Amino acid sequence: MKVLLLTFLFLMPSFCILASGNDTEMPKHEWSFGGITGTFDRASIQRGYKVYREVCSGCHSMSLLYYRDLIDIGFSEEEVKAISAEYTVQDGPNDEGEMFERPARPSDRFVSPFANEQEARMNNNGSYPPDLSVITKAKKHGADYIYNLLLGYKEPPEDYEIGEGMYYNEWKEGHQIAMAPPLDEGYVDYDDGTENTLPQLSEDVTTFLVWSAEPELEVRKNLGIKVILFFIIFGIFIYISKKRLWREIH
Amino acid sequence: MEKSPEQHKYKNSFLNWIEFRLPIVSYIEKEYKDYPMPKNCNYFWSFGALATILLVVLIVSGIFLAMNYTPHTDMAFDSVERIMRDVSYGWLLRYMHSNGSAFFFIVVYIHILRGMYYGSYKYPRELNWILGVFIYLLMMATSFLGYTLPWGQMSYWGATVITNLFSAIPLVGDGLKTWILGDYTVGNATLNRFFALHYVLPFVILGVVGLHVVAVHVHGSNNPAGIDIKSKGDTVSFFPYMIVKDTLAVCVCGVAISVIIFFGPNLMAEVDNYIPADPLVTPSHIVANWYLAPFYAILRAIPDKLGGVVLMFAAILILFVLPWLDTSKTKSCNYRPVYKWFMMLFFVNFFVLGYVGMKPAAGTYLLIARIGLVYYFVFLLILTPFIGKFEKPKKIPASISDILKDNNLSKSEHESGMH
Repeated sequence: MKVLLLTFLFLMPSFCILASGNDTEMPKHEWSFGGITGTFDRASIQRGYKVYREVCSGCHSMSLLYYRDLIDIGFSEEEVKAISAEYTVQDGPNDEGEMFERPARPSDRFVSPFANEQEARMNNNGSYPPDLSVITKAKKHGADYIYNLLLGYKEPPEDYEIGEGMYYNEWKEGHQIAMAPPLDEGYVDYDDGTENTLPQLSEDVTTFLVWSAEPELEVRKNLGIKVILFFIIFGIFIYISKKRLWREIH
Repeated sequence: MEKSPEQHKYKNSFLNWIEFRLPIVSYIEKEYKDYPMPKNCNYFWSFGALATILLVVLIVSGIFLAMNYTPHTDMAFDSVERIMRDVSYGWLLRYMHSNGSAFFFIVVYIHILRGMYYGSYKYPRELNWILGVFIYLLMMATSFLGYTLPWGQMSYWGATVITNLFSAIPLVGDGLKTWILGDYTVGNATLNRFFALHYVLPFVILGVVGLHVVAVHVHGSNNPAGIDIKSKGDTVSFFPYMIVKDTLAVCVCGVAISVIIFFGPNLMAEVDNYIPADPLVTPSHIVANWYLAPFYAILRAIPDKLGGVVLMFAAILILFVLPWLDTSKTKSCNYRPVYKWFMMLFFVNFFVLGYVGMKPAAGTYLLIARIGLVYYFVFLLILTPFIGKFEKPKKIPASISDILKDNNLSKSEHESGMH
């Protein structure tokens, strides 16, 4: 029994650690949403949204988001209406059977920069800028990967041959990336007076992307603490009853 | 003819009314209240109950997910994300379901290994073991089908790789593959039928689990000593003695699964599955679900496709005849000084196979997979029958009560020695 138990205790965690596999050393960043009780820094998400709107959204869609979702990160209903109204969407057919264009409403999804994949490739040197809605869940190391990628543009080593129209990035698999360095100091002006350095811009936009990928994060962690506490407290009572019940048996 | 009078076994008249027409009340009383459990069963005997509970959790969460899911190649990915974002507590349903299935496998693996270590598959429980292996096969099929439903990159390419295996079968292979897919490649027809099958198979599993439980209750549960129940003093009643242990096991398992669901819901998932399926882009390496990885390792360890497929299925099917491969009369490995260590090595080997199954099949990983594959079959086909013949088992206690008495004696000796 003891040998069997020890085998499991030893094998289970070692398997999990090995299977998750750390192939590359990805520098870890301190995130407001990290840890057991981490929550989103609302101001940072809002700044990150500004970065996305003014820079990333030129090429990257976020088609899983609705404009109304922005209310969750602290925009008022009026502000969201104003933001969505800046975009046009096709609607219809109307009573005459015609398709027509109208300003987007909060209930519309984020308008994509390109009509389809072909148009996106056409405008991006043949590459397809991925949708960013769940990008932090779709990449190994998630937020840390995105953050490091944004800071990871470098001059290629001398013996490294870089492809036509490609850029060297330390953290991209194979080190070649089709995306030109998207951010730099001062690219976006913040309304709240936060310094717009490159690390700051990168941190904010990554926070925004994590929120977009896991909007349930705060509710999830909060509920998790309660559920685990329930199991522990209930378990203690059960353990005491078990001890009492079995005392006479042994 | 005179009618037999209605009996009044229970205080509650409603129960009497039911019992007279359908003796389900006395059945439940017999099987889940008075059912005798060997006194010496340890917590490994709680994993059957854990597995059953997890199966119910999976079925219930799955039904609610199905209400919101669209099995169409253009909409499946978005509908899963809609569940995560817009359905009330949809993220909880989905994370419970995806991580629940992983835990279901962990729990069932421990349950199987417990059965192997303590020889629970031996006379008179062979059919019970066979039903169990059948459940395991159904689980593998169901989890593979479920893995395709979110229609991410791994879903699509996993389905492509696995269904391609069938084309290795001579003569009928290609036709069979097309028949399974409903098309020449993995597509909408495939997704639709996989969804239908993924919905129905868990209920088949539930049915076989029912048989599995009924079968074990015929001769009673095995125990760590692997000896038969001799008297009533060897046992405790299921209620409350086993129930309280099972409930404690549920609490511990509940904490473990909650940690994953709430604080690392994607730890056991492949990141590529958050990228929508794209038939034109192959992921850099296609991995199986980690809980199927040992068999995936066996498959890839053989350079010949047909050979790999045959060995992979053989690795599973061979388990069906384990009760007849094992020639030893002694059930529990606690009393088998030689076989015990080979059994442990078999467990370790299975984990190692799982690990290399998640890694690219090349270089050292491939070599390890081949060694692991050889040991897997050598253990079951050669070591198990031969060790049983030549091994000298340790002296087995006369009854379960004797073991407990001995334990208490040595414990009190130990305590008096300390004073």
